[in-house]
Amino acid sequence: MRGREPVMVGERSTGAVIGRIIVYSILIVAALYFLIPFFVMAMTSLKTMNDIRTGNLISFPREFTLDAWGKAWSSACTGINCEGVKGYFLNSVQMVIPAVIISTLIGAVNGYVFSKWRFKGSETIFSFLLLGCFIPFQIILLPMSQTLGVLRIGQSIFGLIFVHIVYGLPFTSLFFRNFYVTIPDEIIKAAKIDGAGFFKIFWKIILPVSLPIFVVAIIWQTTQIWNDFLFGVAFSGSDSQPITVALNNLVNTSTGVKEYNVDMAAAIIAGLPTLIVYIVAGKYFLRGLTAGAVKG
Amino acid sequence: MASLTISEIRKWFGTNEVLKGVSLAVEAGEFLVLVGPSGCGKSTLLNLIAGLETITSGEIKIGDRVVNNVKPKDRDIAMVFQSYALYPSMNVRKNLAFGLETRGIHKDQIEKTVKRVAAMLQISELLDRKPSQLSGGQRQRVAMGRALARDPVIFLFDEPLSNLDAKLRVEMRTEIKELHQRIKTTIVYVTHDQIEAMTLADRIAVMKDGIIHQFDTPQQLYDNPSNIFVAGFIGSPSMNFIKCKLVKKAKELSVVLENRKGDSFLLPVGKADKSLEKWIDGDVILGIRPERIATGFHEQEGNPQIHEIECAVEVLEPTGPDTLVFVNINGGKVTCRVSPHAAKLPGESMKLMIDMSKALLFDPETQNRIGR
Ligand SMILES: Nc1ncnc2c1ncn2[C@@H]1O[C@H](COP(=O)(O)OP(=O)(O)OP(=O)(O)O)[C@@H](O)[C@H]1O
Ligand SMILES: [Mg+2]
Repeated sequence: MRGREPVMVGERSTGAVIGRIIVYSILIVAALYFLIPFFVMAMTSLKTMNDIRTGNLISFPREFTLDAWGKAWSSACTGINCEGVKGYFLNSVQMVIPAVIISTLIGAVNGYVFSKWRFKGSETIFSFLLLGCFIPFQIILLPMSQTLGVLRIGQSIFGLIFVHIVYGLPFTSLFFRNFYVTIPDEIIKAAKIDGAGFFKIFWKIILPVSLPIFVVAIIWQTTQIWNDFLFGVAFSGSDSQPITVALNNLVNTSTGVKEYNVDMAAAIIAGLPTLIVYIVAGKYFLRGLTAGAVKG
Repeated sequence: MASLTISEIRKWFGTNEVLKGVSLAVEAGEFLVLVGPSGCGKSTLLNLIAGLETITSGEIKIGDRVVNNVKPKDRDIAMVFQSYALYPSMNVRKNLAFGLETRGIHKDQIEKTVKRVAAMLQISELLDRKPSQLSGGQRQRVAMGRALARDPVIFLFDEPLSNLDAKLRVEMRTEIKELHQRIKTTIVYVTHDQIEAMTLADRIAVMKDGIIHQFDTPQQLYDNPSNIFVAGFIGSPSMNFIKCKLVKKAKELSVVLENRKGDSFLLPVGKADKSLEKWIDGDVILGIRPERIATGFHEQEGNPQIHEIECAVEVLEPTGPDTLVFVNINGGKVTCRVSPHAAKLPGESMKLMIDMSKALLFDPETQNRIGR
């Protein structure tokens, strides 16, 4: 842990104390600002409809109940189906896992090539690839839907996986490349002289130091793909919709009374996986982004 | 152990010509040092020999085999890098074994080799440590060990000591020399430290701007440099270069030196022969090493090559065994190496003896050596 400021010992000046108070106040207010909506959601999802009608928005439930969660999971209506979000949640899982794994692995190889096996024009190819990070995805909806049609994977989970891999690659390639450029080229040269080739160097020398950037790429991709709505709504069939689309349908399905508690429960279900990923691995995300590959 | 023959090598990076026709013939078992200022193309040349870069034109032979299109792993060379380039995820044992494993050598054999090399370099206790847990000197040893384990026909060293502190550098220098005397493998060693070059080399190639200026034994380079660059690069403190007039007086050629006060001294530089005729009554550059200007020399009585001049001391730099005295001659700073008790204080005038037997003359325009 180099670069940390030395700990101040002894009395602090009043100015420093006031500064601290101001900083913490701002941070607390900001945290509350972000947390209150979530708090309201969580509370609402635990209330009965009766409670919602009579109480106010930020009050605690008079009686805690998981009924709304159960309904959201297995019997709420999304459009004409009334089987809850369960199936769509599984769709999302089936989409996210392969899409994240494949886009991350290809990104790692790409980053390896762009940093350590440059060839004539590789920088140009890399800059084109980076354009993918900035393309507004609305632009590619039509051509992509044609492409999926040609590949015969339109309206399916495979189609969604494909799209997410393609549009994840610019990011994962960038992450891995920027991480791998911090590995000294001389290490690669030494390995070449030692008789290792492209894949052996990748496997034996590069991959073992890549954990931090894998964490970054996986968190990034999981969050992006899980939260995606646009591709989900555009390219899925009725049986392959991801949870984000299902949530939208659920909230927009009006059969008499609006069940806020069910809506909120479904919304939290939809957001829970990324929340957990963040809580479990969030600190590695920052660490991985700022870390170099080789210490010392 | 194999010879290395490099013929007319050129290397372009894009529009930038980095090596401009380099030729070298290194005998089997020889210790060659490539020396030159930063950016002159030393590492590039080493990378070409290793096969890590492709040559634009020319030919490289290891032994009798032309290796222009041979991959690095098939050239039977080993390289030690400036940054050591240890594999960060592997412990020392694996680092040493990696090159052997990729060549499919038997496990028992690898283990034996690793043990032998580790013992030789005194790193046996470090075998289970990761590179990040080693000190600079230990890493350096491991890097050498990795090269030794392979038992190649040529070793390539790219500034292997430049990341070490001064004391360790001197120790490792001696160790490398001992190592070479023991294993007698051909070594090409890059450095920009001329002392390293002088102490280690059988022969030194002095490079600048992608050209080899001189390729010779250390003593020859020191005594007979072929131009001002080589003369100034080899030796510390550096040779003095004094711009002066060449005059002819009764068949004798002399240079004219003048101190700050305006006293002038005539120093003979030998018989007037054809090779110097062109410069008579013109300017030449006198090259003389600091240790050739002192308060006295052995057997100086009656030696016609030794002459006295008198100059005011400007600055003193004691080094311990000697003191460097800076004086002003012909408007330029000149370093003299005198014994500490003989040095006068700044401002005082001092008698100095100049030994002209090793003095050199250079052409101010081409910077090349003239005469003799
Ligand atoms: N891959 C490359 N692409 C473009 N130019 C390069 C490349 N490698 C080296 N050069 C250039 O070639 C010249 C020689 O570089 P080289 O690394 O051989 O110098 P060097 O003599 O080893 O210097 P140093 O003592 O600083 O290590 C430099 O001007 C450098 O900028
Ligand atoms: Mg170099």
